[in-house]
Amino acid sequence: MSRRVVITGLGVVAPNGVGVPDFLDAIRNGVSGIRYEASYKDLHFNSQVAGSPQFDWNQLKNYVSEITFHGLQGHALGYGIMAALDAWLDAGNGVGNSETLWDTGCVFGSSVSECEVVKKIINRVDAGEAKKLGSRVIEQMMNSSITAYISGRLGLGNRIVATSAACATGTQAILMGYEYIQQGLAKRMVVGSSEHVDPYIFGAFDSMRILSRKFNHAPEKASRPMSQSAGGFVPGSGAGALILEDLDFALGRKARIYAELLGGACNSGGQRSGGSMTAPASAGVIKCISDAVTSAGVNPSSIDLISGHLTATAADTMEIRNWCLALGRNGRNFPPVNSLKSMIGHSLSAAGSIESVAAVLQIVHQFIHPNINLEDPNPEILRQIDPDCLPVTMVEKEIRTVAKANFGFGDVNACLIFSKYNKNG
Amino acid sequence: MDRRVILDELKKVLSPYTENKELLANIDDNTNLVKDLKINSANLVDIIIDAEAKYSIEIDFDSAEKIITVGNCIDAIGEKIK
Repeated sequence: MSRRVVITGLGVVAPNGVGVPDFLDAIRNGVSGIRYEASYKDLHFNSQVAGSPQFDWNQLKNYVSEITFHGLQGHALGYGIMAALDAWLDAGNGVGNSETLWDTGCVFGSSVSECEVVKKIINRVDAGEAKKLGSRVIEQMMNSSITAYISGRLGLGNRIVATSAACATGTQAILMGYEYIQQGLAKRMVVGSSEHVDPYIFGAFDSMRILSRKFNHAPEKASRPMSQSAGGFVPGSGAGALILEDLDFALGRKARIYAELLGGACNSGGQRSGGSMTAPASAGVIKCISDAVTSAGVNPSSIDLISGHLTATAADTMEIRNWCLALGRNGRNFPPVNSLKSMIGHSLSAAGSIESVAAVLQIVHQFIHPNINLEDPNPEILRQIDPDCLPVTMVEKEIRTVAKANFGFGDVNACLIFSKYNKNG
Repeated sequence: MDRRVILDELKKVLSPYTENKELLANIDDNTNLVKDLKINSANLVDIIIDAEAKYSIEIDFDSAEKIITVGNCIDAIGEKIK
């Protein structure tokens, strides 16, 4: 028996908006969350712009107990906890249950252990002061720290899985939650991902010379997916979370349904045939998108909007080509495509979940968010698709089906197909 | 140092680790940190680390293991700052 999976809750911590209302307002209006980072100049980084959420750390006191808050250090943890709990409450649930919720689990991803927390540990240990580390550092340096905090706060008793798949992490985590529900293993899953780009991660990317470095004087223009003047991506931080539910379970508790997750796929190009540690093999990307469309049971011609990976590197042109081949659509027949990264940068592991929140919001509110900084589309892209496929202002339009994909280091791919909820299936 | 003074200071050290502020205000030598104040036993090491920093003292692992009540805490601190 095939079960339907719906989205009933959303939470987001993004560089251009913390909380769904602010984020929705920002993506409608093309508001950039990219800012100049003065400290990056002192660190001799070539790129000195980043997307950081305007996050009030003390707000976390409303999300975790006073005891947990005392000693909480990891930024990605804070973002993830807030996004996940916001989504949970948004879905009409409460916190403070004394019983374990055996039918509800969590899949939440991240890139790396928090470097700033790890740095404190290293400094203490190297100084011969391991004794002073205390009880709170292991729980914040373990890869499963975010899932441990979220599941503990909500009393989740189904499978609790911490994932990592580079830039495909968020998309993959959502797909895993979907599959558990579809297989009947869980009724409800808290899914998402979180990222905090600290100076250590930023510096390592800067050294790879793949970051945007020519717009330090105009940060809001620095992230330029699909633009001819794109010169690398802008790292961003934040978190996105969704509550996925078995349709019957959601109907049973009279939950508000935002949209349906029709299906998805996740694979790897195997780092063969042009794929490598840092570049996706086109064959893998095309297969991933095709498999997702097949899994969702939709015709490629019914895709109304593509939410691309589109980071503003040389890979953008190849990505558009892969979408054309996977969907069998090009020129004027290609659907509108947008990249949230133009506004918030590339939030690595969090990209897939924040962009999925944006995809669901575009379905709920029937609009296409603008691609900012795309006044000069790359001619290589315009050879494949019509300029009208690249909206630079917000478009109000009927959006029934959205394809959302992300591709990550290690040649891993993930693609989701979201749809407007139709009670008749 | 007067046990009374240490007790008042200890209340501040314990505060971030217990939600029961009312009980904390009325603790005495016999108050059990885990059973009465519901402090997570893993946090006892944090309390010792905080107390060490506050008084610039060192409480060795063996002494720390004997800390079960508020009275034990005051004893351990009092002994080091004599």
